[in-house]
Amino acid sequence: MEKLLTELKELFSNFILEQKEKDVPTIVCQREGFLKVVSFLKERGFKHLIDLCGVDYQGYKAEKISERFGVVYHFYNLEERLLLRVKVPVPEDDPWQYSLTSLWKTANWFERECYDMFGILFKGHPDLRRILMPEDWEGYPLRKDYPLFLSPEEEWKGYKEFLKQVRGER
Amino acid sequence: MSLCVEVSKKGQDGREELFTINMGPHHPSTHGVLRLFLELDGETIIKCEPIIGYLHRGVEKLSENLGYPQTLVLSDRLDYIASAANNVAFCLAFEKLLSLKVPRRARLIRTIVGEMARISSHLLWLATHALDIGAMTVFLYCFRDREWLLSIFEKICGARLTHTYVRIGGVRLDFTEEIIEELKKFTEVFPERILEYETLIDVNRIWLKRTKGIAVVDPETALNLGLTGPVLRGSGIPYDVRKFRPYDAYDEVEFEVPVGKNGDTYDRYRVRMLELRQSNRIIKQCLEKLRETEGEPILAEEAPDLLLPTKVREPEPKPHPKKGFIFTGKEVPVIPPGEAFASIESPKGELAVYVISDGGTNPWRLRIRTPSFVHISAMGELAKGHMVADLIAIIGTLDLVLGDCDR
Repeated sequence: MEKLLTELKELFSNFILEQKEKDVPTIVCQREGFLKVVSFLKERGFKHLIDLCGVDYQGYKAEKISERFGVVYHFYNLEERLLLRVKVPVPEDDPWQYSLTSLWKTANWFERECYDMFGILFKGHPDLRRILMPEDWEGYPLRKDYPLFLSPEEEWKGYKEFLKQVRGER
Repeated sequence: MSLCVEVSKKGQDGREELFTINMGPHHPSTHGVLRLFLELDGETIIKCEPIIGYLHRGVEKLSENLGYPQTLVLSDRLDYIASAANNVAFCLAFEKLLSLKVPRRARLIRTIVGEMARISSHLLWLATHALDIGAMTVFLYCFRDREWLLSIFEKICGARLTHTYVRIGGVRLDFTEEIIEELKKFTEVFPERILEYETLIDVNRIWLKRTKGIAVVDPETALNLGLTGPVLRGSGIPYDVRKFRPYDAYDEVEFEVPVGKNGDTYDRYRVRMLELRQSNRIIKQCLEKLRETEGEPILAEEAPDLLLPTKVREPEPKPHPKKGFIFTGKEVPVIPPGEAFASIESPKGELAVYVISDGGTNPWRLRIRTPSFVHISAMGELAKGHMVADLIAIIGTLDLVLGDCDR
């Protein structure tokens, strides 16, 4: 693992902002060089993309995080049994990230979910739509400024229309 | 069955008349509320697009507003057929945050409970999969044995399906002598029962015709699609989290990881049948080891209380306009800040939990990677070129639970 990390640091010193040894070896990578780093990782045997998720750090106090959003990837190398976490900071005013769909088909739905929940756009994604929430939903539910309960005035339009329909028929 | 048929003519060769059909979300063989958007040429599937979200309960958002032990209750409702496995995944992640060491007896009990969950999940899978394809008897046989397992679960913790039995730092209750005896009896009888199911369908001509050569995935594609668990192993890749990153007591027990060769529906069926035997073997070994640890603790000393301490709750005069009656006061840090990633081999595949803590009583972010979500995303790829009737077999072979998928 250490060998790989030093190699990564040498090859991509411009893009890799930080390396941390937490519960899982972690690298923080700039989104500019992200695709290069990931294709290198895939060639080195990290063929299993376990997970891809977004994180909203608004108001997070335990650690200083430069950007509001982040996308976190977990890669696994089956031959050498290595687990690697890659974090990519995504700024609030320009929330986009490169898509991994060309490298992993499984990234397709993960990225759709991330877009659905955080509003992070994925460049190069073939079909970026909402996945878990209804298509005409407004707002991104997993953002920290999205309330847990909505007042009746702010409720989803689709539900209100449905209620109207049902009551009207009766 | 809700059928909305739309015919569009694409007369290039004169014969193409594509049907657009909605299958589900209330179709009995979609095992829940899965909706499939199909484009058909005659009976051949040209395009299959799964549409999910009908069972979305926002577990990830809810967890951010609940204490750590309370999220375990939500985890039961993810994959409600093997809830013990989900509990273990959540607890492993939280224990990593707390750097807790779980006592050996608790780890053994967790392994047993996890394997029991695997057996009961696989039995339900076999029952419904066979029923969908047309074999009614297997269903009755499987439910007879699953019932037995569920009643053992009831003796262990009082619940049959959603047992929040595993808790952070150990398990909730100890195994009594009665439970150990009953489980022992089960492990002795069960291998014969597996033979019973196999004689019913293993060489059954209808079964073979419906499963052989259906939804073939080669190993490279399987990894690319993110498939895990028995579905991946059916394609010949021996990736099993229990072997690759052992948790609980899996490094103490002996077991094999069965793999398939052709990567078709039949091989995945064989893999699961062999897995049943291995699970039985693991339970047997763990029961023997339980005898050695008689009287040892089942909960780590530093394990957090089920109710994490918070500041005394001040009664709020009226509900918060945005948050309702949810407690908004200051919290005492109990869980150290940081992040943790834990994954387990749940009966359906790899279940991963990634948790970020800011030092409060609630997780800052709790991400759950569920196997069903990934498997459904691969369905479009698998179903291409097959018949509509084979789609039922494909849904069955992927072992989908929509609660697991939509979260």
